[in-house]
Parts: sequence; structure tokens; C-alpha cells
Amino acid sequence: MKNIALAEEYRFDVMSARRDFPVLARLVHGKPLAYLDNGASAQRPNAVIDCVDDYERHTHANIHRGVHTLSQEATALYESARDRLVRFIHARSRHEIIFVRGTTEAINLVAQSYARPILKSGDEILITYLEHHANIVPWQIVCEQTGAKLVVAPMDERGEVHADAVEALMSGRTRLFACAHVSNALGTVLPVRRLIAAAKARGIVTLIDGAQAVPHMPVDVQDLGCDFYAFSGHKLFGPTGIGVLYGRESLLERMPPWQGGGDMILAVTFGKTTYNSLPYKFEAGTPNISGAIGLGAAVEYLERMDLPGAHAHEHALLAYASETLSQIDDLRIVGTAKDKASLVSFTVAGVHPHDLGTILDEDGIAVRTGHHCAMPVMDYFKLAATARASFAFYNTFEEIDRLATAIQRARSIFA
Amino acid sequence: MELNDLYRDVILDHNRRPRNFGVLTPADASVEGFNPMCGDRLTVRLKMAGDAIADIRFEGQGCAISTASASLMTEAVKGKTRADALALFDRVHRLLTDDAAPSDELGKLAALSGVREFPARVKCASLCWHTLASALQSPDPQHVPAVSTE
Repeated sequence: MKNIALAEEYRFDVMSARRDFPVLARLVHGKPLAYLDNGASAQRPNAVIDCVDDYERHTHANIHRGVHTLSQEATALYESARDRLVRFIHARSRHEIIFVRGTTEAINLVAQSYARPILKSGDEILITYLEHHANIVPWQIVCEQTGAKLVVAPMDERGEVHADAVEALMSGRTRLFACAHVSNALGTVLPVRRLIAAAKARGIVTLIDGAQAVPHMPVDVQDLGCDFYAFSGHKLFGPTGIGVLYGRESLLERMPPWQGGGDMILAVTFGKTTYNSLPYKFEAGTPNISGAIGLGAAVEYLERMDLPGAHAHEHALLAYASETLSQIDDLRIVGTAKDKASLVSFTVAGVHPHDLGTILDEDGIAVRTGHHCAMPVMDYFKLAATARASFAFYNTFEEIDRLATAIQRARSIFA
Repeated sequence: MELNDLYRDVILDHNRRPRNFGVLTPADASVEGFNPMCGDRLTVRLKMAGDAIADIRFEGQGCAISTASASLMTEAVKGKTRADALALFDRVHRLLTDDAAPSDELGKLAALSGVREFPARVKCASLCWHTLASALQSPDPQHVPAVSTE
């Protein structure tokens, strides 16, 4: 580790955390894996792998519809995972936690079930410039369906979204405000508390895309005051194909189901169907049972660890990476907001991100390269792509040193 | 897998100084190609003399493999007939995907053989060729839809 002073002292046992994640021990092209692509998907601890494995081996059955032992056990596991998630984000009740496939499905659910029935021509949906495509396209679709207009709040050259600029666009026509808690492409932490308060004061419903936030900071949906909060399991050290939509119960009650089928009904005749109560009204069909159970295990794992220490370590990694990378000639960090979460997006003059990704991979270093599903952000910075190193608490300063060395190697290849 | 095999001197040279780079006006055909995975985009423009490619230029932005491949392609197909250019595409495609493909008589294009060891990069090298093929095969070369590697 180079001589870079860290802002604050903290204690966190990284090596112990690393031992919980078996994949971190593997080699890639003969080199120890340095997994710096956590923003795309985080790795799973043994606690999650074993829990899902145990469920698959001993307990699997369909939930909510069997008197037999396995079905009852599976139902209990699935529902206790929901209870864990209630506590994890401080929802008021289990009626407010809807299991979905991921953040994308959560936002589409709100767009189709909440927004579509109420939107009229001339109404507005407000988002920000730095959103992931998953928080742009569902709103474009619902705008096309209803004649509503998508309004985009600006971002500055540091990748910051200023609350004043967003508030100036909240009008009597704004029906919904949706924004990221943390930008996946730039790492910017948005001033969501203030934005939510401003929206609330104007009677505007709010949705926060928390996919990049929940792995890096405590989230309390009641404290934030948002109406909807969406996140994915696989970025939170859980399985893929499972995620959560938190919704304020009073809003969820008023919303029609967005998919029809089994499990979301109380009674069906050909004349009329009575919908099930929350949260089941929004969980049509057999859900991703093992995924939900695995996500519950991931949350339990996080609750047992030293989370403040983990978050402090991530901040130290971010500070160290920003400092180390900015010392490399021709390297430009894209996204320099004052308040950032644990990722660094960057370009290296003369080395295309895609070539850089291949060269880093040869050294066992996994980063994401491309437009990060945020093409408007790339267009803003007049870039086709960046490389992005995104950290989790199990990453080390040494891995960042290896990243810097490999970037220098790429520069020498293209010199 | 060896990086030296991927980034051979010929590739690095054509990336640094791409040949036939720029706009061709007027052009008989102009086709855009996209690689949605990495955001690469390029435009290939052709001037035909009867059935032969009289001139060809490309522009756009992409990685070293995509830029060098397009540059090498323009050099290789200039002056060739439609059929010969498409036959060459066929050989290059085999070179990029098949370990047993021969590289003799391909000249500088043989430098692309290292790409096949990096499956994630095959699309980078083939984007320009798909774009060219689309231009050569279209019945209406002035209005060819954009080509995508997905």
C-alpha cells in the first residue's frame, strides 16, 4: 500500500470477511482474482450458498398451497426472509415488502401499476440525468401509454445532481419523482432525503432506485420518507433473480395488481376475482423461493457482521482508489461528486475501456467496461464507455495497487 | 492466452494510425454498425466501380481491435469485386472463430488470429465486416439499416 493517508481510523477484519466468500480464493489466468465488479453483481458468502443448498436438498416445495411438511417449511422460510427484509430497511410491516425479480421489475411494477392508471396527458414524471436505463425506460413506456411527459433534472460536470435544480422542476403537473440513491455509472450519492422532502411537500409520490445504495449504507425507508424503494438481491450478496419493492402500504392498497395468476387471488370465478391481500396481491405465480430465502440469508449475514466497520473500509477503499488512480498519467476519473459511494469510473487516454478490460482480466482483475446501462451519462461526458472499478467490503488496498499496476501495463502496450 | 498475441504490432499500428479513416463523399453505400455491448459504433462508406469496390472509408469510435480490424479490412477489400470481398469476409470470420482455420494468403489480416483466444472480443473484430457485408448485399445500398452485433 502506498503512502496515502486515510481520512479516518477504523477497524475491520478484511481477511476474515474474505474467507466467507469462497470465489475470492480462485485464480483467473493463473492470478488471484481481484473482483472489482461488485456494482454489476456482488459475490455470495458461504452463509447464502449453504442456506440455498440446504433448502434445495431438504425443503423445497411450493409455498402457500400445501398442507404437507415441506410446503409448510418452505413457506415459513420464504416468509421469514420477508420479515428479515422488513427489519433490514425498516419498513412498517411485511405488507410493504414485495418480492420481485430485481430493481428493474420493481420499477416496472410501479410504472404500470401505480403510474399508468393515474397519469393523464400533460402530467409529468421527473427523473434525473444520471439514472440507469432501468429508471428511464419504464417511465418512457408509461409516458407513451398515457401521454404524460418525462422531465429530466440536470447533472453537473462532477456528476452531481443539485437539489435546487431538481426542485425547480417539481411542478403542479409532476405526479411522480424517481431517482437513484447512488449512481451506478458515477458513484454519486444523491441528496435523496432532501429531494424526497421537497417532493412530499408538493404531494409528489417518490421512488428511489436503491440498487447501488443498499450494499454500501444503512437504508431506513421510514426515515427517508419515500413512497417506493427498489433494490436487487444479487448486488447485496444474495442470489440473482430476486429483489425487493418496498411500497408504502396505503399506496400499495390502492394499486391494482400488475400481473394476474395464482397466489395473488383469494377467490376466482369466471365472473369475478377477489385479489389477495398485501403483499401477495403483487406476487402472482410461484415466486423465486430459493432466491428469496438466499436473500434473507444475505441480509442475516450482513446483520451479523460489523457493518459500520465494513462501510468505513469501503470508504477507505474509495479514497485510496481515487488517490492512487488519479496519480496515473492520462487517467481521468469520471464522476467526482463530493459524496460518492464505493466505485470509480475512469478512462485512460489512448486505451479504449474494452481493451483495458481485456488486459486487466489477464491479470485476474475483474472490472466492468462499457456504458453501464447509463447511455445519457456517457453522452453527457462525450464518452462511449468507461472502465469502472466497484468495491465491496472484501476488497483490499493491495487489489487497488494491482489495478493501478495493470493500468500502467495497458498504457505501455498502447504507448 | 497471450496479450502479445492479441495486441500484435500490426494491430497496434492500425489502431494508432487507422488507414482509410474518414468520410467518403459522395458514397454509393453508407452503413452504420453498432456493438451494443461495448458501445462501439462505426460507419463504412463505399464507392463502387461496376461490381468492384473503387474506394472505401470508415469512421467511428471503438476499441483497438475494432479500429484495427476496420482499417485492415479497408486495405484488403479495396479494388476487390463484391463476391471476392464477401469470400474474404467468410475466411476472416473462420479465422476469428475456428482454431483450425488457415491464415495463409490472408496477408496482414492474419494478425487478427489472436482474437479467437479472446471470445469476448470476436465481435469487436467482426463488426466492420458485418457492416461491409450488409452494404455489399443490400439491394438498396443508400438505405441500409444499421447493423448490430447482438
